[in-house]
Amino acid sequence: MGIIKASKLVHEYIRRDEEGNVAAITTALDHVDLDVKEGQFIAILGHNGSGKSTLAKHINALLSPSEGSLWVDGMDVTKEENVLPVRQTAGMVFQNPDNQIIASVVEEDVGFGPENIGVPTDEIWERVNYSLNAVGMTKYRKHSPNKLSGGQKQRVAIAGVVAMEPKCIVFDEPTAMLDPNGRKEVLETAHALNKKKGVTVILITHYMEEVVDADYVYVMEKGNVVMQGTPREIFSRVDELKEHRLDVPQITLLADELRNAGLDIPLGVLTREELVECIMKCRNHM
Amino acid sequence: MPIILDKINYCYSQGTAYQIQALKDINLKIDDGQFIGIIGHTGSGKSTLIQHLNGLIRATSGTIYFNGEDIYADDYNMKDLRSQVGLVFQYPEHQLFETTIFEDVCFGPKNQGLDKKTVELRAFEALHNVGFPDELYDQSPFDLSGGQKRRVAIAGVLAMKPQVLILDEPTAGLDPAGRDEILNLIAKMHKELGITVILVSHSMEDVAKYVERIIVMNSGEVMYDGTPKDVFHHYKELEAVGLAAPQVTYLMHELKEKGLDVDLDATTVEEARNSILAALR
Repeated sequence: MGIIKASKLVHEYIRRDEEGNVAAITTALDHVDLDVKEGQFIAILGHNGSGKSTLAKHINALLSPSEGSLWVDGMDVTKEENVLPVRQTAGMVFQNPDNQIIASVVEEDVGFGPENIGVPTDEIWERVNYSLNAVGMTKYRKHSPNKLSGGQKQRVAIAGVVAMEPKCIVFDEPTAMLDPNGRKEVLETAHALNKKKGVTVILITHYMEEVVDADYVYVMEKGNVVMQGTPREIFSRVDELKEHRLDVPQITLLADELRNAGLDIPLGVLTREELVECIMKCRNHM
Repeated sequence: MPIILDKINYCYSQGTAYQIQALKDINLKIDDGQFIGIIGHTGSGKSTLIQHLNGLIRATSGTIYFNGEDIYADDYNMKDLRSQVGLVFQYPEHQLFETTIFEDVCFGPKNQGLDKKTVELRAFEALHNVGFPDELYDQSPFDLSGGQKRRVAIAGVLAMKPQVLILDEPTAGLDPAGRDEILNLIAKMHKELGITVILVSHSMEDVAKYVERIIVMNSGEVMYDGTPKDVFHHYKELEAVGLAAPQVTYLMHELKEKGLDVDLDATTVEEARNSILAALR
């Protein structure tokens, strides 16, 4: 069993009227099966309302399944006694960095989590040092978070999660509010945590370019996983992605256009280097 | 109705120890009917700039002329300016508050003091312009998807019949199809209603595809101002200030280095495709 395993996971949002009668039921997750191995970098795509964030909140036990089961590191999330250990195993980073930062000094913000779970003071400082180093924010440790850029704030938020020493971090659209540089910083941080510290990463995003370097991609639609595979496999299926209101990276789109115009370019080109190579090959054959 | 900014300076917390100069000597002329993109990293002054355009922030020094009139003159009607220059904030759906979609869109024109009939006509027209289906008018705006909520919020501003529409990152947080829908909608409104549109964006690809003029902000100053081609020509300088060029622009430079004679100024997929095909033939 992987670090995160969902089996026929169902979640229903129930809306009640003033008398408490059920007014509407929305099925946000409809029998989702998922198996994430420890140390993987997973991406989840899907349009607004496809159930991505609902799934993410289950992994952190913020929501509880209506039906089916979910295990995080072997722990059944539906068991009350597992809620806290699950939250320490799977950390979460949200869209808006301003909603996740509470202290007035960077290092205090990072130390807030460990302090809350009763980590001894010496160890808190060790964790703060380690976490700020991991996200490349050590030199800002004495700064006030509100003077930082969006990307830097988001990295502080990530450090706060890293300080809890989770085995897995769920990033729920962490770059949606950031400028290009901030996006790059946050993405590089997520990859570094995955590669150097072996943290399992689950990245939810609307930016196709951010998915290119993931190990495996899940595409969600109407609360279900409708496509899964490596980025190359997924981005080879352009038409299917468009049906799910998604897209492909700009480079893949250009590669497709060139193929349609008669050039010999394979499906699922993901990076600029690959495309340059393909185009130069075409020239040599002409 | 052109907007002219003449030596605009703005300081936050002026006269205190926390004084920050957010805008420095901004000179700009925004002509009627232009489709303009404003780019710049977080904190570069983009939002401060656009809030000057409808008088939400008053410049520390300098003058803004709207349609030839000084908006800081004592007898200038600021309320009038605000209905002529419509501002759609980031995440505008957070500002929806009425019980029905139709009521929400009526709020703006109602506050302009128009009579009930005109208000309703304007709301119909605005919802129609954003392509919103009639049968949903009486629903609660809170039951809609993110992209639809955003349409309603944009309709709310459109219903005031602005001459200039400013949108602060209108696609943030939307899925790719939602992004395309909103941007196509904005391009369509620009074309059909003939209004001036100013789009603040973090997506270089989107800006390259839609706008005719790009203003690059960096530490409170206008760094570049020109067509997408002119601006993205400086991709190295843009990177140095936390921005980037569209992916295809980089690709074109790499192909050129390998000896393929392509157009370095291509900024969209279509331009890149045509240039590569031409170079190979």
